[in-house]
Amino acid sequence: MTDPGTPLQPRRTGLSRSRKRQISRGAQYAVFAAVVIALAVTADWGRLKNQFFQWDLVKQMFPDVITLALKNTVLYTTFGFVVGLVLGIVLALMRLSSVGPYRWVAGLYIEIFRGLPALLIFIFVGVAVPLAFPGTEIPGGTYGKVAIALGTVGAAYMAETFRAGIQAVPKGQMEAARSLGFSHARAMVSIVVPQAFRIIVPPLTNELVTLFKDSSLVLFLGVTLEERELSKYGRDLASETANSTPILVAGLCYLLVTIPLGFLARRLEDKRKGADK
Amino acid sequence: MSTPEIRVQDLHKSFGDNQVLKGIDLEIGQGEVVCVIGPSGSGKSTLLRCVNLLEEPTAGRVFVGGTEITDPDVDIDAVRRRIGMVFQQFNLFPHLSVTGNLTLPQRRVLGRSKDDAARIAAENLSRVGLAEKADAFPASLSGGQQQRVAIARALAMGPDVMLFDEPTSALDPELVGDVLAVMRMLADEGMTMMVVTHEMSFAREVADRVVFMDGGVIVEEGAPAQVIGRPAHARTRHFLSRLLDPAMADVEEETADTEDTRE
Ligand SMILES: Nc1ncnc2c1ncn2[C@@H]1O[C@H](COP(=O)(O)OP(=O)(O)OP(=O)(O)O)[C@@H](O)[C@H]1O
Ligand SMILES: [Mg+2]
Repeated sequence: MTDPGTPLQPRRTGLSRSRKRQISRGAQYAVFAAVVIALAVTADWGRLKNQFFQWDLVKQMFPDVITLALKNTVLYTTFGFVVGLVLGIVLALMRLSSVGPYRWVAGLYIEIFRGLPALLIFIFVGVAVPLAFPGTEIPGGTYGKVAIALGTVGAAYMAETFRAGIQAVPKGQMEAARSLGFSHARAMVSIVVPQAFRIIVPPLTNELVTLFKDSSLVLFLGVTLEERELSKYGRDLASETANSTPILVAGLCYLLVTIPLGFLARRLEDKRKGADK
Repeated sequence: MSTPEIRVQDLHKSFGDNQVLKGIDLEIGQGEVVCVIGPSGSGKSTLLRCVNLLEEPTAGRVFVGGTEITDPDVDIDAVRRRIGMVFQQFNLFPHLSVTGNLTLPQRRVLGRSKDDAARIAAENLSRVGLAEKADAFPASLSGGQQQRVAIARALAMGPDVMLFDEPTSALDPELVGDVLAVMRMLADEGMTMMVVTHEMSFAREVADRVVFMDGGVIVEEGAPAQVIGRPAHARTRHFLSRLLDPAMADVEEETADTEDTRE
């Protein structure tokens, strides 16, 4: 269609379409390069390096940053995820229930906890739970508190994921199960939820990444030295040494986990799409 | 024919304003095979689904094996155990193996032991000729094989009655025969069957009675030779002629439809 000899296709600008695309792409690259160069030239690399990359500080952080901080981050996330998963399934089933009050309660919960910053929930759990149940310690101490705080937030999102997964299971599955004599609840548990699980593994993996990052909010619960996770550990060390290198290292430790998890989530998603075709 | 296995009395079913069943009366005796035929949208599936309460009737009563299943106090899960149902889309559980499809319902619903469930599953799989597929997953089976597994799954629960909703309509033509053969075997063994189907040769040869439905009512019923061979009603004749020779039907569609509405 760019053939200049075709009289039916008058040339308006004198530029072919592919030529125009070339020019526009070239302009984008030029702007991008200009921005990068400007940043590189104006930034004070020496000061940045001093503040963020002190090699002996890096060395000093090992092995604690892994054996203590990363380990705690993983533990907090795992506990929170498990609590969120169980609560999320319950909420999703309530949300899909034929009993009105169940639906309302679950809907209210989901709306509230998706609408609040995770930080507030952490503070709330730290303050309100001990007030509400005086004398009773949350089992597991800080670990228990984090599990509840992270689980409360995670459950709201996971409930919506589950609901979508359950609704994606064809109606015929429930009908077949009911016609075999399964009660509604049993059919859900034995037939529908297992199939929903496969659909929602990728979004759940993303939720795990979010919780992994949100576990940094433990900062606001007040933890002992032994209970510090990556963010708290990095920040404490940064103020001790008046240098930000620990923050950078802590950040890299997060990426060590979140990037592979994100990659895994995309892989699983592609695989599932391939399977559905 | 002692007490009928299935008794439907003045059954009505509406979806919102859409009246789908407008007073159905039907009795099916023990060991009887009844084929339900009729045009699309006439309410065949709805009728079948009311018999095991997958749809809640708007009015009327349904009895299965002498129990009124439309009684609000009846334990519907218990009743459904005695009624097997086979769907057009098979509806096998894709996350379970063929054996899992047969054993899970037995164990969860009937509380059978693992060994009993496995034995009964194996028996029923060989009945439908699929013993060698015991460990396969549904996705790896042909449609015809899936449908036979679905029949075996229903049979493993030991039902007194089997309902079939167009069991062969989703199958490639060359796979229809295998499924019909299994159904014929069941009929010969004396199973009470209610079959919605477009397979006229099956209806003619296997059914004890054929019911023709149109517009939410039973228009005509009787022996296959009569309903299919010498239909008394114009609507039945018209339906059958379209079914047997779709190419011809297109030509006469317009006039036939106006004739229908005038009736
Ligand atoms: N769950 C439902 N909600 C609303 N309308 C429905 C529902 N199920 C069926 N209907 C309507 O009821 C009417 C009869 O449907 P039904 O499936 O019983 O017909 P059928 O005779 O089985 O047709 P087909 O041969 O196409 O399967 C249709 O008009 C359909 O739209
Ligand atoms: Mg139908």
